[in-house]
Amino acid sequence: MSDTRPDPDALLRAVQSAEERKSRGRLKIFMGMSAGVGKTYAMLSEAHEQIGRGVNVLAGYIETHGRAETDALIEGLPALPFRYLEHRGVKLKEFDLDAALKRKPTLLLVDELAHTNVPGSRHPKRWQDVEEILLAGIDVYTTVNVQHMESLIDVVAQITGVTVQETVPDSIIERADEVELIDIPPEDLQRRLREGKVYQAERVDQALKGFFRTGNLIALRELALRRTADRVDAQMRSYREEEGVSGIWATRERIIVCIAPNRLATKVVRSGARFGVALHAETIALFVSSDRQANLNDDARALADEALALADGLGMETVSSVGHDIVGEILQVAQQRNATMVIVGKPIKPRWKEIVFGSVVDELVRRSGEINVQVITGEGEAATPRSKLLDKEQVTFRSVVGTIAATAGATAICSLISGYVDLTNLAMIYLLAVALVATRYGPREAALSSLLCVAAMDFFFVPPRFTFSVADSQYVFTFLVLLGVALLISTLTLRMRHQAQAASERESRTAALYALSRELAQSRKQEELAIATARRLREVFGIDAAIFLTRDKNSLTPTAKSRSHFERAPNEQAVAQWSFDRGERAGLGTSTLPGAQAMYIPLKSPRGTVGVLAVKPEDQSQLDSSMLNLLETVATGLALAIERTLLAKESQDARVRAEAEQVRNSLLSSVSHDLRTPLTSISGAASTLQDSDQLTAAKRKELATMIFEESERLNRIVQNLLDMSRLETGGVGLNLDWNSLEELIGSALNRTEALLEGRKVKTRLAEDLPLVKVDGILLEQVLMNLLENAARHTPTTASIVIAADRESDGSIKLEVSDDGPGIEPGLEEKVFDKFYRPRESGVGSGLGLAICRAVAQSHGGSITASNRPSGGARFIMKLPPPVAPPDVPHD
Amino acid sequence: MTERIRILVIDDEAAIRRFLRSSLPENEYFLLEAETGEAGLRLTATENPDIVLLDLGLPDLDGIEVARRLREWTEVPIIVLSARGRETDKVQALDAGADDYLTKPFGVKELLARIRVALRHSQRGKEPANPVVEADGLRIDLAARQVFLDTVEIRLTPNEYKLLAALARSPGMVLTHKQLLTEVWGPAYSEEAHYLRVYMGQLRHKIERDPAKPRFLRTEPGVGYRLIVED
Repeated sequence: MSDTRPDPDALLRAVQSAEERKSRGRLKIFMGMSAGVGKTYAMLSEAHEQIGRGVNVLAGYIETHGRAETDALIEGLPALPFRYLEHRGVKLKEFDLDAALKRKPTLLLVDELAHTNVPGSRHPKRWQDVEEILLAGIDVYTTVNVQHMESLIDVVAQITGVTVQETVPDSIIERADEVELIDIPPEDLQRRLREGKVYQAERVDQALKGFFRTGNLIALRELALRRTADRVDAQMRSYREEEGVSGIWATRERIIVCIAPNRLATKVVRSGARFGVALHAETIALFVSSDRQANLNDDARALADEALALADGLGMETVSSVGHDIVGEILQVAQQRNATMVIVGKPIKPRWKEIVFGSVVDELVRRSGEINVQVITGEGEAATPRSKLLDKEQVTFRSVVGTIAATAGATAICSLISGYVDLTNLAMIYLLAVALVATRYGPREAALSSLLCVAAMDFFFVPPRFTFSVADSQYVFTFLVLLGVALLISTLTLRMRHQAQAASERESRTAALYALSRELAQSRKQEELAIATARRLREVFGIDAAIFLTRDKNSLTPTAKSRSHFERAPNEQAVAQWSFDRGERAGLGTSTLPGAQAMYIPLKSPRGTVGVLAVKPEDQSQLDSSMLNLLETVATGLALAIERTLLAKESQDARVRAEAEQVRNSLLSSVSHDLRTPLTSISGAASTLQDSDQLTAAKRKELATMIFEESERLNRIVQNLLDMSRLETGGVGLNLDWNSLEELIGSALNRTEALLEGRKVKTRLAEDLPLVKVDGILLEQVLMNLLENAARHTPTTASIVIAADRESDGSIKLEVSDDGPGIEPGLEEKVFDKFYRPRESGVGSGLGLAICRAVAQSHGGSITASNRPSGGARFIMKLPPPVAPPDVPHD
Repeated sequence: MTERIRILVIDDEAAIRRFLRSSLPENEYFLLEAETGEAGLRLTATENPDIVLLDLGLPDLDGIEVARRLREWTEVPIIVLSARGRETDKVQALDAGADDYLTKPFGVKELLARIRVALRHSQRGKEPANPVVEADGLRIDLAARQVFLDTVEIRLTPNEYKLLAALARSPGMVLTHKQLLTEVWGPAYSEEAHYLRVYMGQLRHKIERDPAKPRFLRTEPGVGYRLIVED
């Protein structure tokens, strides 16, 4: 049953690649076994056919090598002008990537996929240009010779004796939508050569004897045919997967390619890639560094890094791990990943070494169980470069003096006790001295001390004493044991010391990362985060760093500045932008714009790229794989921290919105209550008037008056609301002008006359009141609100006093007081709160006094409420001393 | 029977028009209605109303613009209807040629008083002006340039008199700060509102019985002043 069902993983892959293919341009590769088979010719012929069908074709870069037939085909093809670059004084023509992207043809022709670009181009290799063009949705025709395939260069080197430098990753050929093999028999090719159709006549002879030997050509042809056959096979398989035809292989094969830090590693990786293609298997490159190799020297690490990079380039997944037991680690990964095969390299070692030290490969074979182990041997390949620990240890004057002193000390002790103990036990004292030197200094000093000790013992204690002659040959044995012990102890000490050093280095990095993560957790601002990160990178890792962040969508700003200010250069900013847009690393040490001064690492968070980290190492070797891992960790941490600030800001905004919403709600509930009360009276009175037959004239008049008064009240409420919102939004400025207080009071009194219902109002205005610069309408509103407030809380028999005076400091004091019941003690401040209403009076919007306070404050003044000693409420508004008004001419 | 007064109301709000229709006494007033500024302009030309009530918040044209266009060819009195808080609009409309304004909400009594004042004013333009304005003990003789309060002559400075006379020539009607300043001190002083505050204060102290609660010289906050002659 289950065998017939398609593998869900495979279906998912099919869907994904179909999705990707929709937006990607289609790639067609014309492949040949060697130069001269007619790839370019075939490509151009097909391009002409496409033009015939009305396709918009553009020749991006064509290399005709001066071949007449090919030249003829270029005629009539729209061609992109070359880009000319100068390199070391030579002007070189190059494919113009940006112009091609700008022209956006439907189909672009780019010859020689394996070409290496002139330094200074965006990508080091042409196939990377092609990738970018495909991503832009443009179809591409290109040509390549089989010998340029990355995974075949060892094989090709074996066949032809030439190591090809220009390589194309197998993955780009595997992912091509179409590969057409341009195949002609070797004899025909040689004939074409002789006819001068491939190279100019003078080079033909040389070519026929060299690369174009029949044997070579047959082998290359076989390679080309086989690769194309593999592809056809793969197509058939993917067709079966897509169509849901049950696979022949129930599970996909997985191959683990083991990388050891030796020169064999790249060869192992290439073989792994070939196996992968041949077996249609997924390949995983695995590098296990043992803790014994923690002190791997730089060369060995570089070899491992190179192999890992190659594996990555060949489209393998790369995994690094650390373990004590290398074999155990490999097998554990193999089991986790369900691998069916493990590929390892086996450097040829002298047989005795294998017997003495054992071999990882042999142990792997023994413990592998069901997993196949494929061993790649290296002819004459050097083994793991020896750790150069020893070189780092310097013999100093002090260490030599110390060594001699230790020997002298041991001799002194021995001379003291030589009468009491046996000669062999004196050797123990010397052994102690040697052990001390070995732990304190290096192996060289240890060897020296064993030599000195043996000499001293021989000279002073071994009979015949005070000569170097030895009566008994057994003392030679003593010397050898001393030497052996000294070397063993010193080597162990040295290793321990280095491990401790490595551990402390790791610890300091971990501590730095921890400190950084704590800083990142504490900062709230993006700028602070960026600056803290850049500072840490500089202080702890000695890397000059700059950080670009986005201000608004898609535009990058250098936020944390570097010491050398490299991020200011427009070129560098362009690289940063590229890295940001694509979400990929760019610049130094990458395959995109490697000429840049710095490496650019995108800061990726779950919501997308939020910025770019730029690091400028002192020299490129500083960016090894462990440093890259670390930088990646830092970049991820920073990205997440930045995302957190964004989220914090969003939640802050949401909280502010919620608060505003709450204020609005309480306003709405208050307003709807206040509006409904007069509306109820109005509609009640009006409906009574509708059936007015029974009503007396007096009653009708009373109802009408009620309607009128209530609607006036409604109007005041609305006015208060409008004033409040105007004052609160602050959007509308005060309309300041010179005003006379007397006039404002008069106007307010006139307009509140009906409201005051006969309450007596006294005004007491000082004689010398100056004009004040205020918003007249708002100040009149304050007076009206205070009068209305007095009217609401006092009986109609009450009297109200309005007073205006000038204080000694020049400020203006406005007072409105009444002789009513006054304000309940303790509420003098509360009455100014918005929507506050004393319990007994259900009237008013609770805004009147709040507006008074807002107006007073907006004029730089204040307003307070209190009770008069003789009873009644008193409101005092103070305005700051007015500036002298402009002169008014007298007449 | 005298002819009915033809009132054109230009207001897009049906409730206001309905209120006017049912409140204005039918035997005295005939109401014409326009919902838009354009319709209002058209009706003014074709129906020749005696007075125009103009709302400032119209859907098509700015009310101020309507006032300006009307003034290009007609002297018909215009009373602007607007909400409180829009003082700048009112001043602009008045300066553009409107005669008076009413703040919404307003009562019929208030409206009829304003209409009467405006009509009287426009009428006077055609007849010889009444040289004497009298109200509640105040008597302003524009011909003799004399002012009496309760038969006692009040001594006014030239500018005080000019100010009072300007208001007395349009009794009951609002005059904007700009109009008064231009009239008394000349166009160069049209922004010096503080002149008015000072002189109006002096005038009140001379002709008002309680200057802090003026009977005659009424302040229209943010707009201007009005001389009240009716009770």
